[in-house]
Amino acid sequence: MLRRRLNRWFGGEDRRVGSRTIYVGHRPCPANEVFIPPKFCDNRIVSSKYTVWNFLPKNLFEQFRRIANFYFLIIFLVQVIVDTPTSPVTSGLPLFFVITVTAIKQGYEDWLRHKADNEVNKYRVTVLEDGRRIQKESEKIKVGDVLEVEEDETFPCDLILLQSSRDDGTCFVTTASLDGESNHKTHYTVPDTERDVESLNATIECEQPQPDLYKFVGRMHIYKNNEEPSLRSLGPENLLLKGATLKNTQSICGVAVYTGMETKMALNYQGKSQKRSVVEKSINAFLLVYLCILVSKALVCTTLKYVWQSKPGQDEPWYNEKTKKEKETNLYLNMFTDFLSFMVLFNFIIPVSMYVTVEMQKFLGSFFISWDKDFFDSEIEEGALVNTSDLNEELGQVEYVFTDKTGTLTQNNMEFIECCIDGHQYKYRDASSEVDGFCVTDGPMNTVQQKAGREKEELFLRALCLCHTVQVKESTEQGHGQEDGRIDQVDGLMVDGQVVPPLQEQRGFIASSPDEIALVQGAMRYGFTFLGLESKTMKILNRTNDVEMYELLHVLNFDPVRRRMSVIVRSISGETLLFCKGADSSIFPRVKQEEVEKIRMHVERNATDGYRTLCVAYKHLTAEEYDQVDSGLREARLALQDREEKLMAVYNQVETGMNLIGATAVEDRLQEEAAETMEALQGAGIKVWVLTGDKMETAKSTCYACRLFKRNTELLELTVRTLESPGKRREDRLHDLLLEYHKKTVQDAPPAKTRVARNWSSQDYGFIVDGATLSMVLNSSSENNLHDYKDLFLQICQNCTSVLCCRMAPLQKAQIVKMVKNSKGSPITLSIGDGANDVSMILEAHVGIGIKGKEGRQAVRNSDYAIPKLKHLKKLLLAHGHLYYVRIAHLVQYFFYKNLCFILPQFLYQFFCGCSQQSFRTAHFH
Amino acid sequence: MMASSYNAKEEDGHHSGASSGTGVSKNKKPDNTAFKQQRLPAWQPILTAGSVLPAFFVIGLIFIPIGIGLYVTSNNIKEFEIDYTGVSSDSPCYNCAKNFTWNTTEPCVCTVNFTLAQPFESNVFMYYGLSNFYQNHRRYVKSRDDRQLNGDLSALTDPSKECEPYRKSGDVSIAPCGAIANSLFNDTLVLYYVDSNNSKTEVPLVKKGIAWWTDKHVKFRNPAGNSNLTLAFQDTAKPVNWAKPVYELDPSDPDNNGFINEDFIVWMRTAALPTFRKLYRIIQKKSGATPTLPNGNYMLNITYNYPVLSFDGRKRMILSTISWMGGKNPFLGIAYITVGSICFFLGVVLLIIHHKYDNRNTSADIPS
Repeated sequence: MLRRRLNRWFGGEDRRVGSRTIYVGHRPCPANEVFIPPKFCDNRIVSSKYTVWNFLPKNLFEQFRRIANFYFLIIFLVQVIVDTPTSPVTSGLPLFFVITVTAIKQGYEDWLRHKADNEVNKYRVTVLEDGRRIQKESEKIKVGDVLEVEEDETFPCDLILLQSSRDDGTCFVTTASLDGESNHKTHYTVPDTERDVESLNATIECEQPQPDLYKFVGRMHIYKNNEEPSLRSLGPENLLLKGATLKNTQSICGVAVYTGMETKMALNYQGKSQKRSVVEKSINAFLLVYLCILVSKALVCTTLKYVWQSKPGQDEPWYNEKTKKEKETNLYLNMFTDFLSFMVLFNFIIPVSMYVTVEMQKFLGSFFISWDKDFFDSEIEEGALVNTSDLNEELGQVEYVFTDKTGTLTQNNMEFIECCIDGHQYKYRDASSEVDGFCVTDGPMNTVQQKAGREKEELFLRALCLCHTVQVKESTEQGHGQEDGRIDQVDGLMVDGQVVPPLQEQRGFIASSPDEIALVQGAMRYGFTFLGLESKTMKILNRTNDVEMYELLHVLNFDPVRRRMSVIVRSISGETLLFCKGADSSIFPRVKQEEVEKIRMHVERNATDGYRTLCVAYKHLTAEEYDQVDSGLREARLALQDREEKLMAVYNQVETGMNLIGATAVEDRLQEEAAETMEALQGAGIKVWVLTGDKMETAKSTCYACRLFKRNTELLELTVRTLESPGKRREDRLHDLLLEYHKKTVQDAPPAKTRVARNWSSQDYGFIVDGATLSMVLNSSSENNLHDYKDLFLQICQNCTSVLCCRMAPLQKAQIVKMVKNSKGSPITLSIGDGANDVSMILEAHVGIGIKGKEGRQAVRNSDYAIPKLKHLKKLLLAHGHLYYVRIAHLVQYFFYKNLCFILPQFLYQFFCGCSQQSFRTAHFH
Repeated sequence: MMASSYNAKEEDGHHSGASSGTGVSKNKKPDNTAFKQQRLPAWQPILTAGSVLPAFFVIGLIFIPIGIGLYVTSNNIKEFEIDYTGVSSDSPCYNCAKNFTWNTTEPCVCTVNFTLAQPFESNVFMYYGLSNFYQNHRRYVKSRDDRQLNGDLSALTDPSKECEPYRKSGDVSIAPCGAIANSLFNDTLVLYYVDSNNSKTEVPLVKKGIAWWTDKHVKFRNPAGNSNLTLAFQDTAKPVNWAKPVYELDPSDPDNNGFINEDFIVWMRTAALPTFRKLYRIIQKKSGATPTLPNGNYMLNITYNYPVLSFDGRKRMILSTISWMGGKNPFLGIAYITVGSICFFLGVVLLIIHHKYDNRNTSADIPS
């Protein structure tokens, strides 16, 4: 399981060798004289485990792999074979019952899976074959088939989009069932294949199937009438994944590239993680002790029996003679069977019933979580969700809580707060009262009352309007006559002469990140409205209610490494412009330095206020520059190998020497009762760590707002910034800092016994670390002091009341959780998050909690428990968890106590009956 | 992620099922019932000095009187026990014990004299006791056929395998089969009262009413179909160590013969410990004021048939009266008195500790 998960993370490294070639529509191509139809697996999906034939043996095998079941089976067999004091029925019947119930349950689940599989496999799809439409069952699709998919249908396999019913060669899909993102994503047809799918003669060369949903590299050779084949690059934007649903597009045609078990969805198939609770582990430890007791009891009794028998007249008095068979068997064999008999006699010290009872207790107990009305959220009309009942009691033992920031501590409900243009601060107050929408705040920057020039303002707002990947939601009444509708709207605006607020509200935007929507809406308030993107043309309604048109040339997509995105557009006047927006740290080094200082103050102040800040920059591109960039990008996009790296190189090359225009601040509000919850958790002695991908200042302010850091908390920073000191290598500086902090927190800290008095006496420490430094700490593997670093780091962390890890990649989050999980004393960890980026840490921690938030359902699906709001965590841990822990602890301990009491008299009785394995109860008791 | 599609379907299914089931109410809000919200009343004792100390005293004060009562009752029960095994050379049965052989036709009789210092009032129970006799050995315990003893005709001629090696004698199956039946206690005890002028009076011993009612009437039955027991058992052999067949256990009383002979039934109910006693006879209370067994000299006549010396066993004869709490059992009373005293003592100690070291303010009551 772990390896599969790792494979998923390191999907990039795990590149499969070679590529596959697909003949579109199975038409042989002129270039390849020898047409060998390649063998690929068919499109049948098999998620079921059993068939009718192998169900019994396979299921039994699986069940008896559980150590407890196996143990009882052995006992049962011993009872059947050897002449034992208790009848085989006493242990056979409960075992049979348990096995049967489990088998029925698993059989039913598998039957459901069969049904689901069948539904998918027998689904009718339309295949275009030699110009005809043929209805086929989904499982018969072969790689290379050209399929037609209608609106609201799910794709039966991974397809390359060839033709769309939309004019601009795009189609929209939702991948809600794949990654939980419910927004519409735009996919593009391969250029030049649009018209003639029927007669298209092409081959596709693409990589072997790999599980990463967002990576695809391929290229298409199109052959036309013996011309030189033209080459088109294929990327993830051309690939429609199995499981995704077609939206807002009447129909598309696509060629199957990966089918069946080779689709990305199938490769991502992952059974529910099997987490085991610590109580279960301690039950197993108990069992081991009890097994030792059992064996030693049996040994003692066997020895005593033979000692007793050695006295004359005891073994075989006249009233109690042995049978002939008994007399004849070997002494040692007799000893062995006696030993086994004693094992059977005492085996009720480890009863079958305990497993059943504990399972039942957990299963029924978990209902209380979903029944709790305090967890019911009226907004989403849902309560808590329990995905596993194995971990109920773990909730009460949590020592470390790892929480995501965005969407978990904060609402992920973005609101445009203010912006800063050319060093001047603008704060939006009320659009309807002021036509311009601008007013000056009384902020600290107001000493400079000068406004930025109008040009700069407009440039900034245009940048906001253009530099994004937002789509305008097509509302239903505009559905078909969208063109007219839009023109009407524009007309209406013109007549009104002014942007009417209700209309703004009406306009819906769809984007993958809520920040972008907030920015576009912010720009709208200032008078620049983004009207939409149509066939590579972006339309903007500016302040004077003119529609400005920009041709969208390139989108340099956002990625978490660059932490910025850019667009290259050409205005009507023929100017080529590059707009770039991104995190301050990634923008500042790439702009002219003289502009930075003015804006840096704003950004930092905004960040400490808890806002998310973005910087906006632009650049004029000359025609030569653009050509160079254009060709560079095209070339990189066609590359089959290392495409990402090549693209990145081009991006980095373009995004330099820009002019900084301004910065924006977007507020992300705290969740309801976030601070109270955090305080309650800390009050319960739980350490809260915030792991976020966000930048340090923002995260820090959130921490202050959540009262994770208090005013008297001394912050220890271990970030890239603190590592930079003149005249020293970063490694040395890291070493020094680690030692210093370690001294402060660990060595100078009062000894553990005074911890009770900690509340008022000792100093609270907060620790801040960022991703880059963390990887330095964790990856300094070549050095011999690696161990020290990791240890020091962990010790520092564990002595701080709260720890903030910012700029974390999802994998790093999981690394942190893993590190704490495996540290000394193996504390119980809990991860809570709402987005796909938290899944890794949710899976890694002992208990994973998903929040039914805005970022889709992936976290919820991978979690063990899902709650609607962060504030519910308090009751979940401190009330439910506590109760479950107390209950299960009582149950288990009582069971073992009971068993000991039950079997001890039996053991003592052996001294009185000549150690003859006589049971002094009737069989019904067992 | 096929699981996801499967899950989605499952969820959908659930949803539709639930909504159709509950009808119009689409509200999934959990019910506000005491059970579902875990508000059922519950009580858990919090152990404080205020509750523990009185509890100790109360337990002590209740247990000590009970214990005293039990002890006194037990002491009032009269019991007399005499070992007649004949181990030492001066004991009357020494010769019988020493010269025992299985194949004698002439029974060996010995007489033991004893004196009762106190008279035994009301019904007196006469027991025989055996020591170091492992009636609880597994091989022994299971060596019986309950179906045969219940009168099952097929089991009569074909006893269960469990009876080995006492299942068949030659080709004829044994009735009753098994080790337990085979080792039936067969000493005969007769009690005489020797009055002051040395004349012997036989004490009347009642041999019925000594077995459990269920054993006598449910578990043990003679083979059906033939009122003549001799005929009923005609295809069977007597147990190896028996002197006479089962239908001659008590020829005088057909209701006490065969499998339903009460001595036999009592023996068949195996003892739990290697030292045990079994009820042999009952001496009924006499009418009037005369005690059942007046104090004085007695003579016990023993027909010595049962060998125990080979396994270092002992045989005893016990006379005992009973009370409402059964036979003589001083242990229960002592246990009650001990536990009660310990509780009381602990109560006192804790009270002293509580008084001496309780330096809390009365107002700050920490419930821990």
